[in-house]
Amino acid sequence: MKLSALQQSYLGRRSNSFRSSGPLDSSSDGAFKSPAAVFWLVLHGLSCLISLLLGFRFSRLVFLLLSTSSTYTSPFHSPTELAKTLDIRSVIPADPVGNVPLPFPNKTATNSRVVVGRHGIRIRPWPHPNPVEVMKAHRIIERVQTEQRLQFGVKDPRKIIVVTPTYVRTFQSLHLTGVMHSLMLVPYDLVWIVVEAGGVSNETASLIAKSGLRTIHVGFSQRMPNSWDERHKLETKMRLRGLRIVREKILDGIVIFADDSNMHSMELFDEIQNAKWFGAVSVGILANSANIDETVVEKRGEEENPRLPVQGPACNVSNMLAGWHTFNTLPFAGKSAVYIDDRATVLPRKLEWSGFVLNSRLLWKDGDKPEWMKDIDTLDGDIESPLDLVKDPSVVEPLGSCGRRVLLWWLRVEARADSKFPPRWIIDPPLEVTVPSKRTPWPDTPPELPSHEKPVIGIQEPIIKHTTKTRTSRSKRRSKRKHDETRTDRRTTGFDKTLQN
Amino acid sequence: MLVVVGFVFIALGFAWSITAERNPRTERISGSAGDVLEDDPVGRLKVYVYELPSKYNKKILQKDPRCLSHMFAAEIFMHRFLLSSPVRTLNPEEADWFYTPIYATCDLTPTGLPLPFKSPRMVRSAIQLISSSWPYWNRTEGADHFFVVPHDFGACFHYQEEKAIERGILPILRRATLVQTFGQRNHVCLNEGSITIPPYAPPQKMQARQIPPDTPRSIFVYFRGLFYDVNNDPEGGYYARGARAAVWENFKSNPLFDISTEHPTTYYEDMQRAIFCLCPLGWAPWSPRLVEAVVFGCIPVIIADDIVLPFADAIPWEEIGVFVAEEDVPKLDKILTSIPPHVILRKQRLLANPSMKRAMLFPQPTLPGDAFHQILNGLARKLLHPKSVYLKPGEKILNWTAGPITDLKPW
Repeated sequence: MKLSALQQSYLGRRSNSFRSSGPLDSSSDGAFKSPAAVFWLVLHGLSCLISLLLGFRFSRLVFLLLSTSSTYTSPFHSPTELAKTLDIRSVIPADPVGNVPLPFPNKTATNSRVVVGRHGIRIRPWPHPNPVEVMKAHRIIERVQTEQRLQFGVKDPRKIIVVTPTYVRTFQSLHLTGVMHSLMLVPYDLVWIVVEAGGVSNETASLIAKSGLRTIHVGFSQRMPNSWDERHKLETKMRLRGLRIVREKILDGIVIFADDSNMHSMELFDEIQNAKWFGAVSVGILANSANIDETVVEKRGEEENPRLPVQGPACNVSNMLAGWHTFNTLPFAGKSAVYIDDRATVLPRKLEWSGFVLNSRLLWKDGDKPEWMKDIDTLDGDIESPLDLVKDPSVVEPLGSCGRRVLLWWLRVEARADSKFPPRWIIDPPLEVTVPSKRTPWPDTPPELPSHEKPVIGIQEPIIKHTTKTRTSRSKRRSKRKHDETRTDRRTTGFDKTLQN
Repeated sequence: MLVVVGFVFIALGFAWSITAERNPRTERISGSAGDVLEDDPVGRLKVYVYELPSKYNKKILQKDPRCLSHMFAAEIFMHRFLLSSPVRTLNPEEADWFYTPIYATCDLTPTGLPLPFKSPRMVRSAIQLISSSWPYWNRTEGADHFFVVPHDFGACFHYQEEKAIERGILPILRRATLVQTFGQRNHVCLNEGSITIPPYAPPQKMQARQIPPDTPRSIFVYFRGLFYDVNNDPEGGYYARGARAAVWENFKSNPLFDISTEHPTTYYEDMQRAIFCLCPLGWAPWSPRLVEAVVFGCIPVIIADDIVLPFADAIPWEEIGVFVAEEDVPKLDKILTSIPPHVILRKQRLLANPSMKRAMLFPQPTLPGDAFHQILNGLARKLLHPKSVYLKPGEKILNWTAGPITDLKPW
């Protein structure tokens, strides 16, 4: 857009300085050359040479020195500004004025501090982030966000009481760590009631102790059975046990059932604050569709949203509870998992407990609670679904914009029944050597491996060509290090396993 | 008796508590002119709109409809607003202010930037027309007339600051009130009684890109724009008086500063997730960034020495924004992190005030408290015209032949 500022001002100044030379130049084409004309011609040539040699900026300065006052029109290009051009990046607090001793001109007529023209670009000596400032800024950000949450978030947040049934098994670490981290991020007060099948164990206790949350860890005498049906029933009993603890300790807040294998979103905890007595949210059902038959899927009847793996409340047009979405189990009929370590799909119940939240006052012995809530002491044994806790299922409040937002996901994944894992996932005693480090099948060293390695080599050989360089460098590094053989072996074992996958 | 007294006290206390109750999210804005953002100018002034031939306004707009959406569109929308506003009067005898609808900033290059070279001639020819067809110009030599000149340096009609200063304000406009976006203290192009206004920013576009207010503000400092104007000032030092280049050189590696020259599609959304938005000067000290920052609740960090911000007498900018001197740019991170959190929260509360946001916008159709009304409020505050502006018959103050020769050519 703007014509080159530099060029224009330069041209302007040049034309001003050498306005006189113009007509003389044209006249010099004519007759004899007067000494004045010759003089100007020589001066012109000299200035051209100087410009060529010194470059634009220096030559401008030289001309300024030569032709100080009259021909110089703009009073705003003070020589101090030009002096600043000599050191573009002036460092604070260096004073650039003292460089060139030139007469100090007058600034703009109205005594403004602001001068038009070229300025230096100020850079501080260490233009990198200062860690103290960064920490202060983060604290400011936190404060602003807390304020935002106070203004736009939930008013008067209630305590959240989480009931989780669990038991010790290989995947417990995986599942429970996930739930634990989600709960640690919840910005409200929290009580975590962990009911463990098979009694209280150090395994679980050490896991949940890392959370720093307030936990109530109780044991349940029965062990977890091996079939999914039985397991669901036992889990229901364990949850009731948790609810009884709420009643005994007269905890006040919102009770949510967090199964240890589920994944919760943070918005869930904000949304359940809106529950008055008994709320329901939509649960995404992530059934591992290992062997699903496509043709069976096509034959499904006319359901609303037939393919959505969601369980939860359904509303009518006026946003009142009209019914329930359940997960369609027809495609899996006859092919679902029965035992915990089956490879088939694990199916959820009709309505999962994790999709329901209740006000803890419903569980108290006395106090004002609606009459549609059954007393949990009278219940025992077979409660199919959480709706059995209430006499009238229509009192349930749909949450998450009437069930349209899925706020948590249900998943069931377990290891084989006979899988073992090191207690607390600390390996002690060290593992057995599977592939000795000095005898790994790198291409340089001939493969002198014990006989039980041979099936392993067969898979690795085609890969050897691609990753030659990295492997040799790694082996060299390893042999240099003086570690226990066990540690290197463990690493090779791990490396081995990744290749096999 | 005591019961009655007690009742009265209770009632008074109740009433006091109601009036003293403040919305905790926003705060009232009181500038040096008082709580004037919500003032209604209707009834306080009368404006007469001159009927100029359409070559001064409509035809220009027809030639280039881009003028309706660029940042200088305030002149066009002001005209439209005044035509249908209750402050308009058809009787010039009772008018307090006279408005001349000239679209002087609508001569655009192919890339959309206005060329101001013909504007002085256009304004001259318009004023010659109104001074010959109506007696009101000659009565005061324009002292009760106002013009909307939203160009870079206002009525100096040039985009280059040195040239603009050389020209100064157009001589025939020197007695009129200028409604302009440019404002810098002790600058030739800002007249004593001028009204500074915000540049035009499209209100519908900004309203359409709002995100939920509970989205946490996670960006500390945000800026998108040029640091070096490679076409006109490649080495830096002229553009923005070196301030933008200094911001880049000092903070390009700082994770708190989300600054770059890219044009993201989520520009408006990002501003709503930022706590501070930089508003440094460019070739001129003003920019639409200020308007965007105010609308999106991001505290503006103004890096422009001696700048005069829009409606400076009505809006207490010191309390709303952060002012950083250009020489302090290398210490910008220290300055921003040393602001106490309660001050930051207070600034955010002031920004959240809807009257603040409305005062920066030019919505169509007009809303109470918007920028049009603030301009009229400003004009109303300048009434009554002192007796001295009315000239005796035959008296002439303005020099009609002043200025470069090229300006005197007819348009």
